[in-house]
Amino acid sequence: MGEFKVHRVRFFNYIPSGIRCVAYNNQTNRLAVSRTDGTVEIYNLSANYFQEKFFPGHESRATEALCWANGQRLFSAGLNGEIIEYDLQALNIKYAVDAFGGPIWSMAASPNGSQLLVGCEDGSVKLFQITPDKIQFERNFDRQKSRILSLSWHPAGTHIAAGSIDYISVFDVKSGSAIHKMLVDRQYMGVSKRKCIIWGVAFLSDGTVISVDSAGKVQFWDSATGTLVKNHLIANTDVQSIAISDQEDSFVVGTAEGTVFHFQLVSVTSNSSEKQWVRTKPFQHHTHDVRAVAHSPIALISGGTDTHLVIRPLMEKVEVKNYDAALRKITFPHRRLVSCAKKKQLLLFQFAHHLELWRLGSTVATGKNGDTLPLSKNADHLLHLKTKGPENIICSCISPCGSWIAYSTASRFFLYRLNYEHDNINLQRVSKMPAFLRSALQILFSEDSTKLFVASNQGSVHVIRLLEGSFKHLHTFQPQSGTVESMCLLAVSPDGNWLAASGTSAGVHVYNVKQLKLHCTVPAYNFPVTALAIAPNTNNLVIAHSDQQVFEYSIPDKQYTQWSRTIQKQGFHHLWLQRDTPITHISFHPKRPMHILLHDAYMFCIIDKSLPLPNDKTLLYNPLPPTNESDIIRRRTAHAFKISKKYKPLLFMDLLDERTLVAVERPLDDIIAQLPPPIKKKKFGT
Amino acid sequence: MAALEEGFTLTAVPLGSGPDGPLGVEQSDKTDQFLVTDSGRTVILYKVSDQKPLGSWSVKQGQIITCPAVCNFQTGEYIVVHDNKVLRIWNNEDVNLDKVFKATLSAEVYRIHSIQGTEPLVLFKEGAIRGLEALLAEPQQKIETVISDEEVIKWTKFFMVFRHPVLIFITEKHGNYFAYVQKFNSRILSKYTLLLGQEEKSVTQSFSTSVHRKFISLMSLSSDGCVYETLIPIHPSDPEKNQRVVRSLLLKSVVSGNARSGVALTILDQDHVAVLGPPLSASKECLSIWNTKFQTLQTSKELPQGTSGQLWYHGENLFMLHGKFLTVIPYKCEVSSLAGALGKLKHSQDPDIHAMTHFVNWETSQGYELGSQNSEQSKRILRRRKIEVSVQPEVPPSTQLLAAVQKDSEKHIEVELRKFLAVQRTPDFHTIIGDVVIGLLGRYKAEPSFYPRNCLMQLIQTRVLSYSLCPGLMEFALEKTDVQILQLCLQQFPDIPESVTCACLKIFLSIGDDSLQETDINMESVSDYTATIQDGEIEEQTEILQNGFNPEEDNCENCAQELIEKPQAATEESTSCPVTGKRAALLNAILHSAYSETFLLPHLKDIPAQHITLFLQYLYFLYLKCSENATMTLPGIHPPTLNQIMDWICLLLDANFTVVVMIPEAKRLLLSLYKFVKSQISICSELNKIEVSFRELQKLNQEKTNRELYSIEVLELF
Repeated sequence: MGEFKVHRVRFFNYIPSGIRCVAYNNQTNRLAVSRTDGTVEIYNLSANYFQEKFFPGHESRATEALCWANGQRLFSAGLNGEIIEYDLQALNIKYAVDAFGGPIWSMAASPNGSQLLVGCEDGSVKLFQITPDKIQFERNFDRQKSRILSLSWHPAGTHIAAGSIDYISVFDVKSGSAIHKMLVDRQYMGVSKRKCIIWGVAFLSDGTVISVDSAGKVQFWDSATGTLVKNHLIANTDVQSIAISDQEDSFVVGTAEGTVFHFQLVSVTSNSSEKQWVRTKPFQHHTHDVRAVAHSPIALISGGTDTHLVIRPLMEKVEVKNYDAALRKITFPHRRLVSCAKKKQLLLFQFAHHLELWRLGSTVATGKNGDTLPLSKNADHLLHLKTKGPENIICSCISPCGSWIAYSTASRFFLYRLNYEHDNINLQRVSKMPAFLRSALQILFSEDSTKLFVASNQGSVHVIRLLEGSFKHLHTFQPQSGTVESMCLLAVSPDGNWLAASGTSAGVHVYNVKQLKLHCTVPAYNFPVTALAIAPNTNNLVIAHSDQQVFEYSIPDKQYTQWSRTIQKQGFHHLWLQRDTPITHISFHPKRPMHILLHDAYMFCIIDKSLPLPNDKTLLYNPLPPTNESDIIRRRTAHAFKISKKYKPLLFMDLLDERTLVAVERPLDDIIAQLPPPIKKKKFGT
Repeated sequence: MAALEEGFTLTAVPLGSGPDGPLGVEQSDKTDQFLVTDSGRTVILYKVSDQKPLGSWSVKQGQIITCPAVCNFQTGEYIVVHDNKVLRIWNNEDVNLDKVFKATLSAEVYRIHSIQGTEPLVLFKEGAIRGLEALLAEPQQKIETVISDEEVIKWTKFFMVFRHPVLIFITEKHGNYFAYVQKFNSRILSKYTLLLGQEEKSVTQSFSTSVHRKFISLMSLSSDGCVYETLIPIHPSDPEKNQRVVRSLLLKSVVSGNARSGVALTILDQDHVAVLGPPLSASKECLSIWNTKFQTLQTSKELPQGTSGQLWYHGENLFMLHGKFLTVIPYKCEVSSLAGALGKLKHSQDPDIHAMTHFVNWETSQGYELGSQNSEQSKRILRRRKIEVSVQPEVPPSTQLLAAVQKDSEKHIEVELRKFLAVQRTPDFHTIIGDVVIGLLGRYKAEPSFYPRNCLMQLIQTRVLSYSLCPGLMEFALEKTDVQILQLCLQQFPDIPESVTCACLKIFLSIGDDSLQETDINMESVSDYTATIQDGEIEEQTEILQNGFNPEEDNCENCAQELIEKPQAATEESTSCPVTGKRAALLNAILHSAYSETFLLPHLKDIPAQHITLFLQYLYFLYLKCSENATMTLPGIHPPTLNQIMDWICLLLDANFTVVVMIPEAKRLLLSLYKFVKSQISICSELNKIEVSFRELQKLNQEKTNRELYSIEVLELF
């Protein structure tokens, strides 16, 4: 296969932000996750847990609550006092409504999806009516004396439970008055704490209210009488979150120690109908606070300060061995944060509020496999570009020649011209961007850096010609009539003739850039596209999907290539299909047209299309270099997939030239080192 | 599971000249002896297990035997008919058939039937039936004609139904089949027309019957290769009328549809039939056993030299002609369970598999008509269960078992339980087992004479029980001082409270050796290290002196010296285990059990001092055994681990230190433990020093490879 010099880059100091809320949508099997920086991500649990959409964060918009209503509508509320609805088609914020109650700490949609309830800092609980295109304030409930930290509807929609500090209130929805106030014991193991915060409540259809609080208790209350029924002390620290299953036969709580406990309703003895809540399983998948939990029909989902989203399947609910049966730990975004100027050997790193430009080092030495070569020049940090305004960066790109940088936030688009004079860099912003270029979901430069392609969130793709220090709008590819889906992924052919664009669900559109018209549409596939690229010379479009299928589509012929048909007929190796991170980048070897390089977070692979495909009996991962095997055996065991797991977690990998690779790694240890210290648990001693 | 054993040929010489094989094989009055009637002139008495003939009789040249010889079970004589009408009766002593009793009858005989417990019957070709006694009293009596002209008897069988003899014969006329059933208690002959159903053209080739409660189940093997079943009522509503019975398909395509000859069928038991014939049109002839309940082929045997289409089944032996020779194939049908029929291990002990496999309960889904009884069970139980099922067909087996626990005898509960365990693996299996145990214990409390020990042992070994499922069980065993059950519980239950563990320990330490001797204890965890038994305390004062070891010496200079001497001392001491093997096995069960120190410590204080000492000595002995090999493990299948041993030593000392210090016989033990700890500390401190240097080295190494933020490496892909 060949020998490569690999630039192993670990200076991309990317820290994912902690998870604040998760909300599971049973109807569409999607999971909404909000992070502490205000980012909201949508995971499609049916599509191999792919992160199919995201809404960029905002400095002032700390989300404290997230909920789905009416099946498809997603709301969030936060400490800026606003309720926000997201547009899941155009991938932007539909509107924001101020609740006028100070910071919002909690939110819950009514079981029928017509009403929205928010709990505010000033102790008010506000009811909003959900109208088809907005929400409208209806009324206030009886005001409480301190902030409302948690809310839960009775499944019939007649009552709500609201957790505050030191007590839980039960409201009648019709009258809006508090009918019970259940005081929570502040005592914790004999020591009186200052306050007991009710972090979460859940209202069951039989009238039971379950509360979790900062004293480590899970308590069961009878809402009819307002009395405590049962008390489980499960942690020495806060229990911060609770989620209950739809059948109300199990629920899950998360603690500040990183432990997740599963409670189940089981019968006391075999023949009796009497059932009891029993703490059944503890899971320790987190090191830090579990701020949010969710309960899907088949899995417990948890997330917290340690930034991992953990999906732990309930094995008794999983019937067949498939993707659902495996424990998932999602740490990195399923999109690219790194772009690369190959000719200049530059890397552009995208952070939430700034960009970093680095120049790779070089070496003159050579070596054999596994050697670390002495550097003749180290990597340079060339540029630190801070964004203006509070909004997070959505996407960024550096042109292949390295002289243009573009990035976009939710409301502004920025284009910079770079001039290199020896070691100095001259950065010049291209001003007066046209009005239509306000926000981009994806930016791409053509191979010769003369054209800029921008996917906007209305489904259109703009083509802009770049001149020295200025630009000219050439054309806008409008979306098919009737579709409003945004394009999230772009790929351009090296000869600049073809542009491929893909949304989250519909097929991939291929445009002819010369004639400025739609060339064809690749048939839609069940699973979303995770990466796209067009091969040089042949103009074959390679598409990776979230179910780990890879297709090759010939753009000139408007059909799948023979190789793609062959591999679909034979099927991918089962280990290939079992990988649990999506392919995020595809590139090609400049000299070897048969080679495709692709990578996910834990491996990279060079597919050699000229070699036979592996079947399920062959070894897919062949890590050991054949030291003294004869060439014949090597040839016999060789198959098309050359996989290396040496670099992980891998955020980006590309071919700089025919003999050089660049790999951007982000070791988990480095992330953990920058997180706040976890709660110390005593292991030994008295 | 039905199985065919290796067959053997009965006759060394080819059977007579008859073209169609032997006339018949009939049982004689002694077990294992059979009368084989040649189609020529000879009757041979064989002893099957010896594979040799005991006697042989022939009729004169020119005469020909027309009906297979049978044995009159009431008198022990043999009866044969030659030339259709001449009856001969003889016994073992007779040599020449010409000189034995002879009676010439007025009509042609079709068959003579004889079974145990009743007099032989003679069936004439015209369909009339006579008892042998009545016939011999007046041999020339007039024999009436029962069946019509052109009707031919095809097959006949004689059997007992509720102590009353019943004879059935099938006739054929122009392709229509009729069944006649003669009952001798009521002297009624009922006639049935067998309706073939849709397959009009098929010719029935072989019949077999069995009695099934109120019906005679008549199975027929048709020329289309299928087995049909016809149910003929034993007590017809209107006996005088000609009734019609319909046959139903039972098994499909057991033999090839176009097999012309060599096809036969016989019922083996309630669920199994034997079929002779080629399974496929082109293949060789085969003997196959089919399970009719599950419609599965149980086993088959190829008969490459061809067969004659005759099959007899007597007392676990199948007789057939294989080539020119009469072959006997013994047939066994063990208790068939559903699991067995599906090809699963009946008693797989792996708990993981239990959790995964859920069988469909075919018994309840099929109804009792096809039989929910496992064949070859004790008849008593079969009948009892049949009644139960018929009264309340809906009752699930678990409720049945629970009901049995309340009132039945111990023996019977055991049988029920075994049945339940063999079949049932429902999701609530463990709770049912728990209920059964609670039921048993409740009954024991009510009537103290009832002590279902075997049942309890069996239940514990299902591995689904836990302490909380049956809280009374261990108390019960403690009360009974039943160490065997206690050991089992300790091994199987995951959640025994520490107080109970401690109570067990007390019993294990205090129980007398003589009473231990009688119990049957699982010695798996104890291997040969306790082979030499020595009671009481270790008396090695002399040994110590021999080794030059002085217990009074207590300064550190001796540590090193002692370390050197240790192996030698260990081998010396290891020869003597302070407890007997059985007690060691019990104590090992304690060592394996789970506990929490906080809860265990208060209970340990209640154990008498000499028992503590004994236990400590045993633990110390185990430790010495451990340290004999490099891996620090004990031999045996499931021995206590070093950690368990050390934890228990610490626990015992923590709980009883003040007491142990005062006991003179424990002094030596404490001293050696003290020495041991001291040497361990010095080793650990040395290891710590080494570890620090190693860590430095490792850090250097890691920094070189891993910690760099940027490097250029060479990677070769293969």
